[in-house]
Amino acid sequence: MTEVGRPRKRKEDARLLTGRTQWTDNLRQPGMLHVAFLRSPMAHARITRVDVSGARGLPGVVAAFGGQDLAGEQGSLPCAWPVTEDVIIPDHPPMAVSEVRYVGEAVACVVATDRYLAADALEAIEVDYEPLPAVIDLAEALAEGSPKVHEEGNKAYSMKITTGDIDAAFQDAPVVIDRTYVQQRLIGAAMEPRAVVATTDGDSFTLWSSTQIPHVLRVMLALTTGIPEHKLRVIAPDVGGGFGTKLQVTAEEVLCLLLTRRLGKPIKWNESRSEGNLTVHQGRGQIQHIRLAAEADGRIRGLQVDLLADMGAYLVLLTPGIPLLGATMFNAIYKMDAYEFGCTGVFTTKMPTDAYRGAGRPEATFGIERIMDELAAELNVDPLEVRRRNWIKHEEFPYTTISGLTYDSGNYEAATEKALSLFGYDKLRAEQSDRRDRGDPVQLGIGVSTFTEMCGLAPSKLLGAARFAAGGWEHGSVRMLPTGKVEVITGTSPHGQGHVTAWSQIVADALGVPFEDVAVVHGDTAISHKGLDTYGSRSLVVGGVAVLQACEKVREKARRLAAHALECSPEDLDFAEGAFTVRGTDSRRTIQELAFAAFTAHDLPDGVEPSLDSDATFDPDNYSFPHGTHLCAAEVDTETGLVKIRSYVAVDDIGKVVNPMIVEGQVHGGIAQGIAQALFEEAVYDAEGNLLTSTLADYLVPSAADLPDFTTDRTETPATSNPLGAKGVGEAGTIASTPAVVNAIVDALRPYGVQDITMPCTPERIWRAVEGARP
Amino acid sequence: MIPAQFGYTRPGSLAEACQELAADEEAKVLAGGQSLLPLLRMRLAYPTKLVDVGRLPELAGVHDRGDHVFIGAMATHDEVLRSGVVNADCPLVALATATVADPAVRHRGTFGGSLAHADPAGDVPAVVLALDGVLVARSADGERDIPAAEFFVDYLESSLRQGEILVGVKIPKLGAGWGFHYEKFQRTAQAWAIVGVAAAVRRSNGAIQESRIALTNMAPTPVRAHATETALAGMDLGGEVRQACAEAAADTSPPGDLHAQPDYRRHLARVLTHRAVRKAAGSV
Ligand SMILES: Cc1cc2nc3c(=O)[nH]c(=O)nc-3n(C[C@H](O)[C@H](O)[C@H](O)COP(=O)(O)OP(=O)(O)OC[C@H]3O[C@@H](n4cnc5c(N)ncnc54)[C@H](O)[C@@H]3O)c2cc1C
Repeated sequence: MTEVGRPRKRKEDARLLTGRTQWTDNLRQPGMLHVAFLRSPMAHARITRVDVSGARGLPGVVAAFGGQDLAGEQGSLPCAWPVTEDVIIPDHPPMAVSEVRYVGEAVACVVATDRYLAADALEAIEVDYEPLPAVIDLAEALAEGSPKVHEEGNKAYSMKITTGDIDAAFQDAPVVIDRTYVQQRLIGAAMEPRAVVATTDGDSFTLWSSTQIPHVLRVMLALTTGIPEHKLRVIAPDVGGGFGTKLQVTAEEVLCLLLTRRLGKPIKWNESRSEGNLTVHQGRGQIQHIRLAAEADGRIRGLQVDLLADMGAYLVLLTPGIPLLGATMFNAIYKMDAYEFGCTGVFTTKMPTDAYRGAGRPEATFGIERIMDELAAELNVDPLEVRRRNWIKHEEFPYTTISGLTYDSGNYEAATEKALSLFGYDKLRAEQSDRRDRGDPVQLGIGVSTFTEMCGLAPSKLLGAARFAAGGWEHGSVRMLPTGKVEVITGTSPHGQGHVTAWSQIVADALGVPFEDVAVVHGDTAISHKGLDTYGSRSLVVGGVAVLQACEKVREKARRLAAHALECSPEDLDFAEGAFTVRGTDSRRTIQELAFAAFTAHDLPDGVEPSLDSDATFDPDNYSFPHGTHLCAAEVDTETGLVKIRSYVAVDDIGKVVNPMIVEGQVHGGIAQGIAQALFEEAVYDAEGNLLTSTLADYLVPSAADLPDFTTDRTETPATSNPLGAKGVGEAGTIASTPAVVNAIVDALRPYGVQDITMPCTPERIWRAVEGARP
Repeated sequence: MIPAQFGYTRPGSLAEACQELAADEEAKVLAGGQSLLPLLRMRLAYPTKLVDVGRLPELAGVHDRGDHVFIGAMATHDEVLRSGVVNADCPLVALATATVADPAVRHRGTFGGSLAHADPAGDVPAVVLALDGVLVARSADGERDIPAAEFFVDYLESSLRQGEILVGVKIPKLGAGWGFHYEKFQRTAQAWAIVGVAAAVRRSNGAIQESRIALTNMAPTPVRAHATETALAGMDLGGEVRQACAEAAADTSPPGDLHAQPDYRRHLARVLTHRAVRKAAGSV
């Protein structure tokens, strides 16, 4: 039985679940000092005075600095995605010097012998602010005469892509649907808040961080701080979740490095939860104006998308590019004659936005899947039927979409059929109409989402064309140790995904070694010498493939060693179950024996180097395109506005599956996070720019008790763009579920004339919508 | 977040605890810490000293005292909701306590702490008000009884005096024929109530004879829905019950916050009171 495809329990779970492991949070270094940051209580103000002298004499305090003290060396936090030629990338000091632009921006810091004393001393720092107007609303920010976030204006960039004749598509179209949707801001709320430790021996530096991107971080920190790259080691030990929020080069990472350089002592920073709610980059934050033109039978003629994307106060690592990850995704699985995508990035005096699970694709999927339901309602056709009339048929793959991507494989019919039968669609529709007829105060709605997404980031040449500063390849290295065990080094940087287990399964099959004999090492730039880390559902489809290809090279080297030992030609050897056998004989060598022979190197064939190992770097030539059909049945209490999800079916097609149990976990967590956007979560700022959801009492992260049982299943249409046939599953659930839930709610309330509920669909919003519709 | 420095003491007896509090005006009682510690961590309170009453024997346990149940102030929510005498003689207390937060909080948070904290969003205060509980307070000057109707003064403010410790609560046993329900409306399972309704209803011959209804989070203190109680008397469970319950929001002044504006809370109070009364009446 092959390892790939088995629901193996995760090797990393015992240590992660018990917490008996090395996080950055519990890391200690000899003589370590703790830093605490004083953060701006104002959304927008000029800093007229910072006086840290009161803190300096307090017990345990070693040093205190304001932004001015660091101005000469702190540089500017990087943005790696200058999306257009004229994008405005404002200067972004890690510690504010003359102006603050969001509540929570660091304005001073205290370094003390422990965390508690550092926090106490912050209260002795005096800062004078001269208030400036907050800029909160996106449309108002662009209006003439709006106060400015930056000297250069509030528009970061603006771009438009048109394919096909968009005017012709809308001209005389029998049906035009015009909607505006709001993607609220979300806070990632990873289980482990951020933490950083920086040390130096006077010459070189080590930085531990609860990050998703040790490799990217090393390059970026070297460029930002001037510490030569070869003298900087970055380590991501075990990391308690990220969801994109730790795909960042943060002010705190830079400042900890600067402080260790100044003070010569290890510096540690632990974030508190409320500090994190304020200062971890947020996700989403878009206003989507969408127009769709269709024929009378529901076939789409054209789609026009115009986004206002909330950048927040600065452009951090990927800020301006996030909405553009949706540029090629609004057209989704549908065929059409014309498509236009426009996006304007807007500065506001709020925490910057950046990647959050799905990054750009959930927003796009929400927009199109919501408006497809509106089209169905307008035509009085079943929402799945409207989709059927428009989607790419399975025999049409590979298919080049209107936005220029080539979908390699897919079968929307099969996934939908399976979902329908698991869901009991017809029976639920019957119950829905019965409740409508009876005027039941609890109405039933059915929501559909036939999503696709683009992941496996990414073909380097396509990233280059999109003006992204780095490539999208990944590295894997596989070495057989003298005793026959295997050590794998991966450039991906797991933070809960289970790479150690999945990579072990791939290696076990490829080399014919026991699953237990494989170790996987990651997250340390001194050990994993190249890599591009973990985000965008890329790890398996790019990094896993690199590991597979490294295994294949190891096997080919072993074949030469076996041929030499068995005195035959390499072509005469069969490889099975970890051994080479001379075809038609029982002469054989196990791969473990060959590893030992390669180690002693006493008798190697000419031209073969000692040691049985190899590495590979894989750069995909296309994205991968998971898809699926998610169906949600929701009960809406029209008296209170409360939504209860009654059943949820997810049929995902993520190609070949390495570990079904890990997949199940990713799908469950993904759906939960998508439901969270639909029903519960929102980062709320008031008109002055104060964050009203700075604690988890106000920012409602749902728990298992708030979620239904999920019925999950799969169809399997292998990806053709990589040798594993895998498509990636890290974001699929999140991308699919948000529109499925909101579609269900709106479907329940259609008889009341409701066309939309702004997310999160709170009981109060639903109640007001129903009240507004009552005669 | 990190609290400012404070002192800590754990006296061995109630008398000693009263002394500690009498000696320092800025000292505060620490019970389960589930409400107090967040305030300290957010630096919204700066007590000089915490007087930990968590292990005082005088404040412990749940006791059957004949005509009433005595719930010690330091009985945890978990202890209360599992208590046999509570479930037998004042089940409304168990029903409401079971909705408090999550198991972790219920194992630390205490019945008395919830009342002393006087958070109108807490589930326990409305229940004690509905059941006409009597709170027993002790200080260096002696002991006194405070009827629930006089205990809750304002938002996070009770009639406990500086230096007084809540010892426990007497919950009168209601006789036969009563049904109970606590209807809590919240956005997530572990969240505080947006609105809650505690209802006790006595029925005989099909009609409601008597009812006690109190509302959670509809004013700076828990409030009784007296208008509804009066209107319900003598009604059978037909259509007018809904109208009687529509009076529930009459004397309220609900807060407006991220989760609900006042008009929506008023609406919820009406709908939820109706549900609570029907369920309480049906559970007889
Ligand atoms: C995440 C979370 C969710 C919660 N959700 C809910 C909920 O849904 N419903 C709900 O009702 N509650 C909820 N709570 C609050 C919980 O019930 C607390 O236990 C309760 O409010 C306070 O009890 P405590 O024992 O923790 O008191 P503490 O926090 O120790 O004290 C609270 C206050 O009361 C004073 N005090 C305590 N005991 C005495 C005494 N014997 N005499 C005089 N003064 C005293 C203290 O000085 C302090 O001012 C939640 C708490 C948390 C942390």
